[in-house]
Amino acid sequence: MEKILEVRNLSKVFGKGCPNCFIKTGPDLDTNICPDCGSVVAIHDLSLDLYKGEILGIMGESGSGKSTVVKNLFFDQEPTSGRATFFDDDKQYDLFGLNAAQKRHLRNHRFGMVYQNPHLGLNFGISSGGNIAERLLMNDLRNYSEIRERARELLERTEVLTNRMDELPGNFSGGMQQRVQIAKALAINPPLLFLDEVTTGLDLSVQAKILDLILEIQQEMNTAMIVVTHDLGVVRLLAGRTIVMKYGRIIESGLTDQILEDPQHAYTQRLVASAL
Amino acid sequence: MTAMRKANAAYPFGFLDEYAKKEVRRTILKAIAIPGYQVPYSSREMPMGRGFGTGGLQLTLSIIGADDTLKVIDQGSDDSVNAVNLRSFIEMTCDGIDTTDITDEANVIQSRHRIPEKPLREDQVIVLQVPYPDPLVVVEPSEDKRKIMHGEADYSRLLVKLYEDIVQFDEITISHRYPTRINDHYVIDPSPIPRWDVPKLNQSKALVLLGAGREKKIYAVPPYTDAEPLAFDDVPFRVESFNDENGQRRCCDRCGDNTSFLDEFTSSVGNKVYQCSDSDWCREQLVAKGE
Repeated sequence: MEKILEVRNLSKVFGKGCPNCFIKTGPDLDTNICPDCGSVVAIHDLSLDLYKGEILGIMGESGSGKSTVVKNLFFDQEPTSGRATFFDDDKQYDLFGLNAAQKRHLRNHRFGMVYQNPHLGLNFGISSGGNIAERLLMNDLRNYSEIRERARELLERTEVLTNRMDELPGNFSGGMQQRVQIAKALAINPPLLFLDEVTTGLDLSVQAKILDLILEIQQEMNTAMIVVTHDLGVVRLLAGRTIVMKYGRIIESGLTDQILEDPQHAYTQRLVASAL
Repeated sequence: MTAMRKANAAYPFGFLDEYAKKEVRRTILKAIAIPGYQVPYSSREMPMGRGFGTGGLQLTLSIIGADDTLKVIDQGSDDSVNAVNLRSFIEMTCDGIDTTDITDEANVIQSRHRIPEKPLREDQVIVLQVPYPDPLVVVEPSEDKRKIMHGEADYSRLLVKLYEDIVQFDEITISHRYPTRINDHYVIDPSPIPRWDVPKLNQSKALVLLGAGREKKIYAVPPYTDAEPLAFDDVPFRVESFNDENGQRRCCDRCGDNTSFLDEFTSSVGNKVYQCSDSDWCREQLVAKGE
C-alpha cells in the first residue's frame, strides 16, 4: 500500500510550556494540564501513518486532543513540535516546514476539511453554489459555466436539491448544510480529507445518509480520510484502523474490529462497555 | 521638480514641508517599483477634511514644481466644487505653477473619479483621489488578513463575489471601483472611476498614481503595465453601454460626439439629456466642428 501521510512525534501545547509539561501530564496522571506552568498539553508524541484510500478513525473523549490533530494537519493551528510528511504522487511535502503560500496551496489543492460546525467550513454570506465556486476558484478554474456545472454535479452527488443551489446555506437544515460542506470539501477531488465530528448533532437517519455518502466517496475516488469522532458507531462503520486518544496521548491503536471487540486499555474498555 | 520659493511667506512651496514631501516621493517610488501594491505612508493633516481628496492632493503637492502645468478635474469637469477648491489651494501654495483646463497642456492631472477621454502621453502624470484603496475590504474586514491575501495573490473571494453577481443578476453589477489586476499580481481598487475608464489603465503611457489620504495608502500603475479587470473566461469584462432602446449609440447633446462617456440628467423641460462627462473633451469636439 502506498503511504499518503506520515506523522511523527507531533506535540501541541497551549500556553507557555515548561520542561515538566510532558512528564507531569498524561493518561496515567489523569490530567493534561501541567501542574507547574498551567499549560494545556493537547497532543504529545503522536505518530500515525495513513495509506491511500484508507479511513483512519481517531476516537476519544472531549478534550483528548483528537480535533487538534486534524487542525494541525490542516494548518488551522501550528504544532509545538513534530514532523508530518504528505506524499503526493512523486512529490513529498514536509508539512510543518512549508511557508504560508505553500500551506495555502496544499489546503486549496490537495486537502479537504469538513468541520463539525458548518459555520466553520461554509461562508454563510454567499450561496451554497458560491461556496463550492470559491473552492474551485481557489483551484484556478476561471470559467463561469464550468464552475456552475461542477457545483451542480457535486450537489447532486451529495443529494442537495440543485434547484436550491443559489440559496444561502442558512436556509438549509443542519444535515443539508453538512452535505454542502462535504460537497465543498470534495470540489477539487482531494486525495486527503479530514472529517471532524461530521455527524455529531444530526439525527440518526441523516447521520446514516452522510456516513453512506462518505463510504461511497471513499470507494469511488479512493480518498484517504482521517475521521475524528467520539461516536463508536461511526468508527465501526467507517474506519479500517483506529487510534484511541486520552489526554493528548495515543493509548491504543490497531484494527477497528480488534479495538472494539478486544480493547486492551482500561479507558477503551470502559468506552466500549458504556456504548449504548 | 520642486523649487523652493517663499512668495507666500507663511508656507513652503507646496504647503507640505520638505520632509513630508520627501516621504511621499519615496512612497511613490516604492509604489512604482511594486505595481499595484498599497504602500502605507503617514498621510499629513491638510487644511480640509479627510475624504475630500487629501490623498491625491498630497501626491500632487509632492510632485509638482514651479514649471509644471496642472489640471484638476472632478467627475470629468474642471468646474465642479471639489476641483475648483483643490485647484485654488494648489495655486495658492505652489507659487509659479500654471493651471489649465486643457488635457493636452497639462503635465500633472489630479482627478476625482474620471480619467480624461483624450489618451494621455508619456510626459503626463495622472493623480487619482481614492476613498477606499483595498478591493478586498468587501470580503475581508481584517486588514491583517487582507495583507496576507494580497501577498499570496489570493483573490478567489473577490471572484466569488462576481460569481454571485452573475447568479443573481446575470451580469457583473460593479459599476465603479472595478477590481483590476496589475502586472499579474496585486488587485487594486482603481478609485471610483467608471468601468469605461478601466481599460485606459492597461498599458497606459502616463504614470497613474493613486492616493488615499484617510486610509494612508499610495499605489501606482506604472506606464506600460498590464491592468486586467477581474472576470471569468466566458463572462468577459465589459464597459458601460450607451445604446438607447433601439440599439443606437447615444451621442452628446452638446457636441454630438458618440464615443465618450456620457452623463445623464434631466433637462428643464423634463426629458432625459446626455452630455459628455469630460468637459474638456466636449469643448474640443465643438472646436473641431468649428463652433
